[in-house]
Amino acid sequence: MDCFIGIDLGSTTTKAVMLDSHGEVLGRGITNSRSDYDRAAEVAKTEAIITARFNLLRREVEKVAGTELLEQLLEAFRLEQLLVQLGRLEELIHDEIGGGVSPDLQGAAREGVEHIFRKIRHEEDARFNANDRRRRSDFFRDIVGSAYFRLAEEIGNEGGASFDLLLSLYDKCIILVENEPLELGFHQHIDPALARIGEPPAARKGVQEAASIPLNVQSSVGTGYGRVRLPFPKENIRSEILCHGLGAHMMFPGTRSVLDIGGQDTKAIQIDASGIVTRFQMNDRCAAGCGRYLGYIADEMNIGLHELGPMASKSTRPVRINSTCTVFAGAELRERLSLGEAREDILAGLHRAVILRAMSLLARTGGVDDEFTFTGGVARNEAAVSALRQLIEENYGQRTLNISPSSIYTGALGGAVFALRGAA
Amino acid sequence: MSQLEMKKDQSMVLQKQMIASHFERLEQAPETKEPVVYTFVPGNLTELIRSFGCLPVLPEINALQSGMRGKSRAYIREAERHGHSEDVCTYVKCDVGMMKSGNIGPTGTRLPKPDLLLLSYTGCYTFMKWFELLREEYDCPTVFLHVPYQGDGVLEPQHRAYVIKQLKEKLIPMLEQISGKEFDEEALAQRLAWSSQAEDDLVAVLEAAKNSPSPIDSYFGGVYYVGPIFSAFRGTAEGAEYYKLLRAEVEARVAAGQGPETPSGRLDEQRFRLVVEGPPNWTHFREFWKMFSDEGACVVASTYTKVGGTYERGFRHDPKDPLGTLADYCGGCYTNLNLPDRVQMLCDYVTEYAADGFLINSVKSCNSFSAGQLVILQEVEKRTGIPGGFIETDLVDPRYFSPANIKNRLESYFQMLAARKAVA
Repeated sequence: MDCFIGIDLGSTTTKAVMLDSHGEVLGRGITNSRSDYDRAAEVAKTEAIITARFNLLRREVEKVAGTELLEQLLEAFRLEQLLVQLGRLEELIHDEIGGGVSPDLQGAAREGVEHIFRKIRHEEDARFNANDRRRRSDFFRDIVGSAYFRLAEEIGNEGGASFDLLLSLYDKCIILVENEPLELGFHQHIDPALARIGEPPAARKGVQEAASIPLNVQSSVGTGYGRVRLPFPKENIRSEILCHGLGAHMMFPGTRSVLDIGGQDTKAIQIDASGIVTRFQMNDRCAAGCGRYLGYIADEMNIGLHELGPMASKSTRPVRINSTCTVFAGAELRERLSLGEAREDILAGLHRAVILRAMSLLARTGGVDDEFTFTGGVARNEAAVSALRQLIEENYGQRTLNISPSSIYTGALGGAVFALRGAA
Repeated sequence: MSQLEMKKDQSMVLQKQMIASHFERLEQAPETKEPVVYTFVPGNLTELIRSFGCLPVLPEINALQSGMRGKSRAYIREAERHGHSEDVCTYVKCDVGMMKSGNIGPTGTRLPKPDLLLLSYTGCYTFMKWFELLREEYDCPTVFLHVPYQGDGVLEPQHRAYVIKQLKEKLIPMLEQISGKEFDEEALAQRLAWSSQAEDDLVAVLEAAKNSPSPIDSYFGGVYYVGPIFSAFRGTAEGAEYYKLLRAEVEARVAAGQGPETPSGRLDEQRFRLVVEGPPNWTHFREFWKMFSDEGACVVASTYTKVGGTYERGFRHDPKDPLGTLADYCGGCYTNLNLPDRVQMLCDYVTEYAADGFLINSVKSCNSFSAGQLVILQEVEKRTGIPGGFIETDLVDPRYFSPANIKNRLESYFQMLAARKAVA
């Protein structure tokens, strides 16, 4: 089967989208960029190929075994991938204890770490067995990090290894895991995943058929902040402006205005009826009010990035925020907390401030047309969406606001469409 | 040849010699007793200054030369060490820092103290404060020539008379005092004739960009072309000779159908013809230029090359009306024009030079240029139908030049132009 890949190397996350020759999405992949674009591109692409396999699998398995079994298999596969990464993380932390922790603390540290990893494995097994499909972060760091911090805090409170020690061990090793080329591919983990769900024959048959279909990548187009790192010819490197415009057009053909808030950039784009960019504006070098700003706020509050939006949505009285300067994000937050403002209200104000900054860029491109699409990682944040909806209406009146559940993949989708068109 | 070096035209070599010898002469001024007048490019009265045997020093030219020669970073740090804010115009800080570091000019020779600070006020308020800072330092006479702003788009007769009156009653007596010479109208007329001759040749050079391929880059190459006439050489025989040589070089390229020399080699294949508004960045000048030339983009007209005179609109220094012509010159400076005039000028450029694109380089610390640029962008887009691009850099503070960020925007802009051209 011929396929076409778009890779969007963002400053925070790297995304890949794989299309078939009819322009249908076969697979998607995402990973943290963590300043290692080469590795991130490889991981995202691998994941896109894996999900493409799963889509092929879906066609085969759903016919004979139904959706539920397929979802179970997918969850089992993800769990197998997570366990590989978890095993490596534990190994690295033990190495770090041996090399970097004073001998009198090593015993308690090892004991604490073993306890944490045992518990995480147990919790993940329990989650799988309970068929818990609640949405959570796509990233290993976020999933494991929140469990690790919680358990480390318990250990610290109970007089075991200190929380600070356990935290520093995690911080040192998590980046190494993210930057190591672990085997996370389809062929490595599908058998254990099948075993985990009891080897149902229908699923086994579907897996074999899906695995036998060759996936021939005909062309790849790279975009995003780190695109020059890709070993592609110049004509296969496209600006993210063009890719986001085209990606938004593919998702919502009627859209004429696009706002993308990514980690490092905010882009306001106007496109024509064919998805060709007619005008655009981006923030300058300063990343104030971009996704990275929200990331710092989450770090400062010691919560996951995906928890920000739900928390802000509980606000009843948003506060007015003075600065969306990323450098002063912590200071702004602490100042508001010291004034007695509720975390929810501060967060709601921060989200509104982020969107206000984006509104200025939109105005610079000529405003918001009838149909408007919001893309990028921040479009997955419900509080940001709510603030945008409100400000668009205040400034431009009633508008159709499109947000795809796959909005984070918009740039990669545009890239994949360029790859498909270029190969045609 | 390093990646950013480029082949030099004969005129460039000559210009370098002219500038070096001028700085040497300035260094010797305390011994030769030639009086020194500090003044600014827009509205400069070089012919008048020179007619008294005085030597001009142009602080913003020194600052930009320091930027190009990698010296501005240290000078700006020095000014900030003395308490100047990060937000202050970086030309000012570069100059102040240079002064505090021993006043060694960009070519390595010491600059003499001024005998007179001559501010010809033509729209930039910062210039006024800059000279107030210098006055504090040097404690020398200051003349403030007030040129009325062309708010209604014309220099009214009473405005002209007002400027002439100041020349007669304030400036000329002061120049007589510091030079010990009487005003010699014939000597001034002779210098104005040289100016007019150089202006004819400069206009021919800049208008040669109407050819395709353009034989010049009117922004990056253009700043070299205006170098002598913007600095100390307007109204000199050597200045007039320089422009004769330059014109011959450019006409030879037109005859041969050649493009200009750029950091990417000779640019014969020009994919994009651009009009640019705003000053260039000086600290990464070649790198910045290469971002254009690598993409086959040639600037065919720019406003920055008009800050020292808008000669293509027909103005020439007139030897028959020496003081009146100086008043007309000051009034017609680009910085002294109102927004509608600046918009019209850019729209004319787009049409007359058959441009595909229009780009604004907004300078972070220059409010005088950047405050009106949003209106300019929107109006030019509306009237010409070509898409505008917007990037942000700085004059001479290297900290504000973010190569990846700027390249990203420029590539996006060029790809957008290419996509629009492809469907046109």
